[in-house]
Amino acid sequence: MSNFLLLTVYGLADGAILALAALGFVLIYKATRVINFAQGEFLLFGAYMFYTAFVVMRLPWILASVVGVIGAIILGVLVERFVLRPLVGESAISVIMVTIGLSSVLKALVQMFFGTSVREQPKILPTGSIEFLGATMPVNRLLVILIAAVVLAAFTIFFRRSRHGIAMRAVADDQQAALTMGISVRQIFALAWALAAVSALVAGVLLADLSAVEQNIASFGLIVFPVVILGGLDSIPGTIVGGLTIGLLKQYVSGYADPGLAEVIPYVVLVAILMVRPYGIFGETRIERV
Amino acid sequence: MATATGIHHRTYRAELRLRHTKAEWFRLALVIVLLLVVPYALNTYWLGIANSILIAVVGAVGLNILVGFTGQISLGQGGFLAVGAYTSAILSTRLGLPVPLAIIVAILVTAAIGALFGLPALRLKGLYLAIATLASQEIIMFVVRRWGFLTEDKGYIEVPRLPFIERETFELQWYWILLPITFVAVLMARNVFRTSLGRSFMAVRDQDIAAEAIGVNITRAKVTAFALSSGFVGLSGALSAYYTETVTWERFTLDVSVLYLAMIIVGGLGSIAGSVYGAIFMMLLPALLTEVGQKAGDSIPFITDQLPAIKNAIFGIAIITFLLIEPRGLDRIWTRMKDYVRFWPFRY
Repeated sequence: MSNFLLLTVYGLADGAILALAALGFVLIYKATRVINFAQGEFLLFGAYMFYTAFVVMRLPWILASVVGVIGAIILGVLVERFVLRPLVGESAISVIMVTIGLSSVLKALVQMFFGTSVREQPKILPTGSIEFLGATMPVNRLLVILIAAVVLAAFTIFFRRSRHGIAMRAVADDQQAALTMGISVRQIFALAWALAAVSALVAGVLLADLSAVEQNIASFGLIVFPVVILGGLDSIPGTIVGGLTIGLLKQYVSGYADPGLAEVIPYVVLVAILMVRPYGIFGETRIERV
Repeated sequence: MATATGIHHRTYRAELRLRHTKAEWFRLALVIVLLLVVPYALNTYWLGIANSILIAVVGAVGLNILVGFTGQISLGQGGFLAVGAYTSAILSTRLGLPVPLAIIVAILVTAAIGALFGLPALRLKGLYLAIATLASQEIIMFVVRRWGFLTEDKGYIEVPRLPFIERETFELQWYWILLPITFVAVLMARNVFRTSLGRSFMAVRDQDIAAEAIGVNITRAKVTAFALSSGFVGLSGALSAYYTETVTWERFTLDVSVLYLAMIIVGGLGSIAGSVYGAIFMMLLPALLTEVGQKAGDSIPFITDQLPAIKNAIFGIAIITFLLIEPRGLDRIWTRMKDYVRFWPFRY
């Protein structure tokens, strides 16, 4: 029982971070119809930007977070302006490949400046543990779940209430209609990339705090695909459900069966979902029969 | 008939020919002479790279059949290469099958598995298909890594050297084995697109609904495209197994899938010649960078330290640059160069 609770906490923490990473992915897809294969590298880049501000420049963590967020926004806007915008209207393969190329460049930049060794970063979240129902729960993972929940809630409110959020939803729904209503689609595209980079930054920093600042953070980018397919490529609630499901599934499989199997099980789920219900749990169904 | 205003066909037979003009025949002759001279002009190191290029060309042509000609995005290239390599290696080391037979069986097995993983393509398009093939890549990787009986729990398969290959002339002998195989494979791929099957692939790519309407069986075209493409990829994988003499999962990761996609993007989607140019470009790039890096590294030690990172960065930049500046790749650049010469001194 205590083992089960522990696995659940670990799974939820992983799932919360996955949901944050997937949120950025879905934002970009919803607004611009781009599949971002560089999402993992956005996490990596975010984690290293925070590391630079926090450890190298010795800023207090709040200031470091601000620096990180500004860096993430700049990264997102630059990527959108110089890499993705020239490709608007190109075929899916071009867009996919350009983000793959981008991921290679971002990873190489991190490698150039920081090398491949693992960097130690003082823990921001408290590392103790609390007793609950006979299980020893790590505090930092509980806090990760909480922080991710707050960030996801903030994003949801942003989309429901704020002017820009509503404009983003309008663009996602119908670009031409949004244009005629006076919404700048270009600005929305840039905003989507910037927000995606910010949510990736949060995910990257949390991930780095749980483990360490290292190149492996980028590998999280691939598990985002099962998450978004499960939840639906264009659904924000879907990222939360998908993220938590995949996070829990991975922990349970690795805890009760085989850690190696846990690496592949998300992809098996992915194929099953694609076969049965390709638009995911919450995704918008677009019927196109040939 | 070739004139300054273009090539005019007077019969259907003439239009279907692979080469239309004397200049094309002349260039082909030049390439053949070059290919025959190469092994005697290069040292062992560069001949080794030439051999890897020959193997990569087969794989890139296979991927281009699927991605460039049929429009089905695949990130599963590494997995299919692995299927080819593992099948042929297991068949010839454990069942004692003769090597050519093992390669043929490997091609068939890879084609079958390719068709199987192509089944989602019947329902999925574009981005969804890319993600589905990503899953197939990860699942194949899991199988070859974790199913111990494939490698007898060693984690790798050692393939004995082909009996007639001598240690001193290893690369040279392999060049003469690989060159004809690659040549025939490229020629076959080129010819596929003169048949109705190949045309149906392109119809599916260009407009699937219209293709269905004029009587193309889309299901058949898609599954055949996956099978045919995987067959080429399986051949490439099997050849690499015998050439490198070890089969390990590290050589078939997602990075390899990405590398092959980069080859066909840089070379030119939907062009057999483009796949060849792209494979040459992408295989030469790291080797040339190493060369340049070592020269420059003597004066600037920073470059030597950062060489792997610089290689990755240039790999990514090459992909992005081609997509932004010349999305139709080296093949298109080559066509434009030819046109420029043909119309000189006029611009067009």
